[in-house]
Amino acid sequence: MNRALVFGVLVLAVAFPLAMRSLDQVYYVTMASRFLIYALAATSLNLVLGYGGMISFGHAAFVGAGAYTASVMIVEGLPSAWLAWPLAMAVSGLLALAIGAISLRTRGVYFIMITLAFAQMIYYLTISMKAYGGDEGLTLTQRATVGFGLDLKDDITFYYVVLAILVAAVYLISRLVDARFGRVIQAIRENETRMEAIGYPAFRYKLAAFALAGALGGLAGALLANQNSYVNPGILHWTESGKLMIMVILGGVGQLYGGIIGAIGLLGLEELLANHKIGWLAAIYPNYQQHSLLAVGLALLAVVLYAPQGIAGLFSRRGRK
Amino acid sequence: MSFTLILEQSLNGLQFGLMLFLLAAGLTLVFGIMDMINLAHGSLYMIGAFLAATLVQATGSFTLGVLLAIPAAAVVGMALEITILRTLYARDHLSQVLATFALILIINEVVRMIWGSDMPLSAPEALSGPVQLVPGMPYSAYRLLIIGVGLAVAVLLYFVVTKTRIGMLVRAGASNREMALAMGVNIKRLFTLVFGFGAALCAIAGAMLGPIFAVQVGMGENILILAFVVIVIGGIGSIRGALVGSILVGMVDTMGRAFMPALLREVLTPAFASAAGPAIASILIYVLMAGVLFWRPQGLFPARG
Amino acid sequence: MRKPLAAAVAATSLLLAGGACAADKLKIGFISTLSGPSASIGVDIRDAFTLAIKLNGGKLGGLPVQLEIGDDQFKPEVGKQLAEKYVRLDKVDILTGIVFSNIMLAAVPEAFNAKIPYVSPNAAPSPLAGKQCNPWFFAASWPNDAFHEAAGKHASDKGYKSTYLIAPNYQAGKDSLAGFKRFYKGKIAEEVYTKLGQLDYSAELAQVRAAKPDALYIFLPGGMGINFIKQFVGAGLSKDIQLITPGFGSDQDIIRGVGEPMLGLFDTSHWALDIDNPTNKKFVAEFEKEYKRLPAVFAAQSYDTALMIDAAVKSLKGKVEDKEALRKALKGAKFESTHGPFKLNTNQYPIQNYYLRVVGKDAQGRIVNKTLATIFKDHGDAYVQDCPMK
Repeated sequence: MNRALVFGVLVLAVAFPLAMRSLDQVYYVTMASRFLIYALAATSLNLVLGYGGMISFGHAAFVGAGAYTASVMIVEGLPSAWLAWPLAMAVSGLLALAIGAISLRTRGVYFIMITLAFAQMIYYLTISMKAYGGDEGLTLTQRATVGFGLDLKDDITFYYVVLAILVAAVYLISRLVDARFGRVIQAIRENETRMEAIGYPAFRYKLAAFALAGALGGLAGALLANQNSYVNPGILHWTESGKLMIMVILGGVGQLYGGIIGAIGLLGLEELLANHKIGWLAAIYPNYQQHSLLAVGLALLAVVLYAPQGIAGLFSRRGRK
Repeated sequence: MSFTLILEQSLNGLQFGLMLFLLAAGLTLVFGIMDMINLAHGSLYMIGAFLAATLVQATGSFTLGVLLAIPAAAVVGMALEITILRTLYARDHLSQVLATFALILIINEVVRMIWGSDMPLSAPEALSGPVQLVPGMPYSAYRLLIIGVGLAVAVLLYFVVTKTRIGMLVRAGASNREMALAMGVNIKRLFTLVFGFGAALCAIAGAMLGPIFAVQVGMGENILILAFVVIVIGGIGSIRGALVGSILVGMVDTMGRAFMPALLREVLTPAFASAAGPAIASILIYVLMAGVLFWRPQGLFPARG
Repeated sequence: MRKPLAAAVAATSLLLAGGACAADKLKIGFISTLSGPSASIGVDIRDAFTLAIKLNGGKLGGLPVQLEIGDDQFKPEVGKQLAEKYVRLDKVDILTGIVFSNIMLAAVPEAFNAKIPYVSPNAAPSPLAGKQCNPWFFAASWPNDAFHEAAGKHASDKGYKSTYLIAPNYQAGKDSLAGFKRFYKGKIAEEVYTKLGQLDYSAELAQVRAAKPDALYIFLPGGMGINFIKQFVGAGLSKDIQLITPGFGSDQDIIRGVGEPMLGLFDTSHWALDIDNPTNKKFVAEFEKEYKRLPAVFAAQSYDTALMIDAAVKSLKGKVEDKEALRKALKGAKFESTHGPFKLNTNQYPIQNYYLRVVGKDAQGRIVNKTLATIFKDHGDAYVQDCPMK
């Protein structure tokens, strides 16, 4: 994607809340924050999945760990974001480090399944975590505090914080993939044996990328918990891992903006089908909203069959295959 | 903890394991031979169950209904393979995941449009009660039938895979696809056949489990994950691995649920045991899988070198 | 990539501009679980609610109803997002519809903060009945523990010496068994918590057989209950052990999935198809005519919810802008419910009767619940004294 387009989109993203406020439609800012948080989660997954070629089916565990860490901090009376969010990243990062250390011994489908297994274990542990709500989840009475006179309870302020974090994370990843670390990771994806042979410790590089993605996922989780003022074990379920994976594939695997495009594409499609009556669809099938998942399924299938590089691939000539 | 209780729980574990085997066998074949991740495998299981429920109702006979549902599901499976899945073989695993996930959504909604959210399916009258296996231990007659069917299918599969020409092709495909292609195997037809066969096994599982589980939309997703756990433990592409893996998972899961809480109570405080017991029992099979993969990263019986 | 969103925004704002100044409308935000394995409950609740409006000529309390229906997909965060949308964007007068308590607990703070009444057609969790009771929360269904308490009382009255309890391993499961134990005087043979969404219960059934209890009480909603009841009967346990369930665990939605093996099962509920009053007769007949199926208990609760809103709005003569007045009107709403006498306690949870039912065949040979006896008369809940509201 060229710079002008990226810059243009960024300007739109910055102007969006102001436009919505003048239209008295602040609700859409809340919705956009949610899209951006998922964009961050999908982007973090894209780091391992796209650049590292590690198909992790357990990313929701890291998002969930971050969300629970941030929530527990608020419940325990330590709402400072400067404390809670780095802690959420650390918890998720360390969790990813531990899971990665075991899982990265396996390859291919075995890797997919072992990451899923660990995520399921953590899912069931959260359900039985009675002190913090168990299955009922945890309702937060306030959002995190950041100081500087900023109030995260204000949806527009919260949106800008999320946007800033997303931009920073994307910038970090874009620098990383062009730096030596990123080159090595991508080379390992293409041919691990060769990289080992010329002396790169492939396992350590992969583990580092896996842990970093976990930490970023944890940050997305912390934001998500604050956005919803609520967290429950559902966000650790395997279908959530699947959803993040689908966002990445939909947007474009190994494309810098793949996660963002995929998240906004999938969530936007769901939102549009479920909550806004579309005239011509209703004319064909009046009760179509009861079967909106059918349309989501058809759209996803169409993307796989006709846009093999994901949506980003349609814009970019730097496709990876 | 009496002997009969342990015996009964072992039968339960065996029965659950054998049903998982029916699902896992088809999945591992498709996976091993076509190198394709098919998340929609659980949907075929659901279709099999709904077809069986409909046909049992229509014919008024459980046996006839189930026997008709099996080829019907195979036809649906082959139709799916010819129209959509075939184009995915050449694609990477990620595209397959996305496409077959889309298929789950589509099939779920289509089934809901045709049949509604659920269907009743009961065991045949003669088998609806228990039988006395050993004195003092009545056991569900229908579950015994499931064990019988599961064992029969396992024997049949063993025979087909090791003794017939089709089986030979399947084995060749699973251990080295390119070589089989080079040797002139009609891969296209073989693939469709294998897929239909997998769907038929799914339908047997769906129809046999219908009377003890709810026949409802979404029933495939829960059990799909278990089937994946099984084939990963067993080693992808290996029928023998699928059998061992299924019985292992069935046993560990059943025994964990049956005896884990009581066992924990022996060593821990009652309050802690009652909180931790169910949680540990729920994750036991995942611990098993992680453990197996830790020691044997290719599963217990790797199909290819 | 923002274009579709912007277009949607523009379209919706046009719509709103068209309807914003019309105060002669009752806007209701309706969130329910309409897809996934648990959809049948949400569909029953939605269908009964729309039926009530239809039978009322498209109006409630004299005002034409604008109903916004959303599917929470069985996910708390989606329920919360829908509540946000209805409160902030559509500016609804009343929120209702949610099936599951975990989804509702995630969504209602949105209504409470905006001072919009939430009238619950189903979930009525204990915390909101006691310490955390809220003036904007109304339950038109039954307090969470009520069916379980009634079941415990029944098991005691019947003289069952030991009862085995099974529930899923989550908060509602634990609460339900606590409710049962509150009124049960016999011995608890064992208290077992199973995995949420568990399919196979053979291991648990074998343990039940070994324990030889007189009765077995299960709280296993939806598909879990269907599986369990089928397997319970298949294992031959129904001959020696009486199975008891809460009413929603053996109503029409479960009967449709299980069929014949349900016969002879006892359950407890505040409503049944055969409850004899004009409201219920009309409701059951019209529901069956409209949807070609029998309503489950959830549908009756939802119908009552609509009647309650109708009565409240009627008493205000349609002036719903004053939220405080609307709240008071709901609190004092007088209407004939589908199950006879209905009044709200100080915590705005109902005080009503609970009945013992048995699953049997009706005159047309259909499998239905039949009322046997009254277990509780004018029964409230155990948490009301913790609620500061008067």
